[in-house]
Amino acid sequence: MSIGVLPARTAARHARARGGALRGAVPTGILLLGAIYCLFPVSWVLIAATKTPGELFSTATLDIGSGLWSNIADLLAYRDGVFLLWLLNTFLYAGVGAALSAAVSATAGYALAKYRFPGRNLAFNLLIGGILVPAVVLAVPQYLLLSRAGLADTYWSVLLPQILSPYGIYLARIYTTAAVPNSLLEAARIDGAGHWRIFSRVALPLMVPGLVTIFLFQFVAIWNNFLLPFIMLGDDRAFPLTVGLYTLLAAGANQPSLFNLILTGAMLSIIPLVALFLTMQRYWRTDLSSGAVKS
Amino acid sequence: MTKRKGARVNRAGAAPYLFLAPAMVLFTLFLALPIGYTIYLSLRRVQVSGLGLGRGSRREVFAGLDNYAAAVADAELWAGWLRVLGYGAMVLAVMLGLALLFALMLDTAHVRLARFTRIAIFLPYAVPGVAATLLWGFLYLPSLSPFQGVLEAFGGEANLLGAGTVVYSMANVAVWGGVGFNMLVLYTTLRAVPREYYEAARIDGASELQIALRVKIPILIPAIILTTVFSIIATIQVFTEPTALRPITNTISSTWSPLMKVYRDAFVIGDVYAAAATSIVIAAIALVLSFGFLRVVKNHAFGEG
Repeated sequence: MSIGVLPARTAARHARARGGALRGAVPTGILLLGAIYCLFPVSWVLIAATKTPGELFSTATLDIGSGLWSNIADLLAYRDGVFLLWLLNTFLYAGVGAALSAAVSATAGYALAKYRFPGRNLAFNLLIGGILVPAVVLAVPQYLLLSRAGLADTYWSVLLPQILSPYGIYLARIYTTAAVPNSLLEAARIDGAGHWRIFSRVALPLMVPGLVTIFLFQFVAIWNNFLLPFIMLGDDRAFPLTVGLYTLLAAGANQPSLFNLILTGAMLSIIPLVALFLTMQRYWRTDLSSGAVKS
Repeated sequence: MTKRKGARVNRAGAAPYLFLAPAMVLFTLFLALPIGYTIYLSLRRVQVSGLGLGRGSRREVFAGLDNYAAAVADAELWAGWLRVLGYGAMVLAVMLGLALLFALMLDTAHVRLARFTRIAIFLPYAVPGVAATLLWGFLYLPSLSPFQGVLEAFGGEANLLGAGTVVYSMANVAVWGGVGFNMLVLYTTLRAVPREYYEAARIDGASELQIALRVKIPILIPAIILTTVFSIIATIQVFTEPTALRPITNTISSTWSPLMKVYRDAFVIGDVYAAAATSIVIAAIALVLSFGFLRVVKNHAFGEG
């Protein structure tokens, strides 16, 4: 079910015709309270980021300030523009990592959904079991092993461990099962197509909507990850936004004059994901077993 | 029927293994190997001979279960477990309770603004944990907080970052960040139920509330178990929120949660052996929960097996 769909709308319209609007007041009220709770901190930071350091402490909470552009300019000038670098790094980690993750999930999910072979259940249970392994058990030894390989504190150390996504493989398998008909694969086989050709020309195009969903989930997971880059990286020029924001906070928490920088940084780190989220709504699904993304 | 269907695409040879190879290579390098290495490290320790100076004076030796004994006997670690237990119980109850409430409200027949409220409640999912903690942290700061006046007017404790209140403030950040995703999972499950299913109950004269309690909640049980297990695994590892709040308040110790202690042992103190043993203990607790989880997943999600 996509976020953008509202099959209840027709039902609700009929109900309203029967005078159901009044009865809908309680659920609507509860949901509105939830929406206010969830939107409040985000709208607060959008306003707070417009205030100069002076206005932040002197004006009313919801008054829009006059310092947005100077805040952004200050932030971009902070330590020779390191914030812009964090932003680009985050796009790199999340974009490349999620694309590779979708590719690996696609081939693995396809094999698990469309082939029967010895070890299939074992492979699936092993891969899906990864969901249950706490990040902590992995992050510390991953750091030690990657530093032995000379890769700690490099882009690779953040990129490589985040390609494998058990959840992605799980989604790819159910989506492929539902969206790629066996008869189509059989027809391609009769036409003499090889395994790779059947996968890339017949199955893959049908799997694309599901893969977009996998890409989005992994993009958000990498974008939001704090623990792994926090452990792996020492050089702040390789930081993603989460670790950068943390160091900004750690440096400025006791200096109210830096609060506007921190708040502007928080605002700028939220905007790209919120934009992605609002524009790609129909792909945000937790259930891919129906086989098709409805719009 | 399924078996025959599978048999038709069976003449595969090496193909499925090649398709699986990238995932299995990554699994081996970034999952199996680190887990094996953690177990290995947890059984080792450094033996210092002489003054511990010079080459060869520090040797890694087999330590048996000493590190585990130390981890189990560590009072600070137990205190951390208790803190996380209290925090986690609060987060799970409130977050999943609200997620269930919102999902049921979205699924009622007469609700308005459903699209807007659903998107709004899911929005915090797009906010990184560090940024969420930072936003709320600043909202808790007495010099900035818009809640300050309200709290004082009601005679409540004014300091949201005090020793007695910080755990609730932190739980609020986790609830805020997680309620939308869980709501979506539950709502998706509800939307998959044919509408006629409820008609029978309606014809029998059941109210919307009765339908929610007697029909919808039982349907949601497997999904609730699933989201609960995922939330427990995430909560056991709480790290980002307390770590990101530390610069703002001095009421959170560097070993507030077990995972923070692992980080401190490994990277501040430099005792990776103790850190490895503690990680394994954390993993063991998650593993115990995983059995229940796999049963649920197998029974409800992989019917196509």
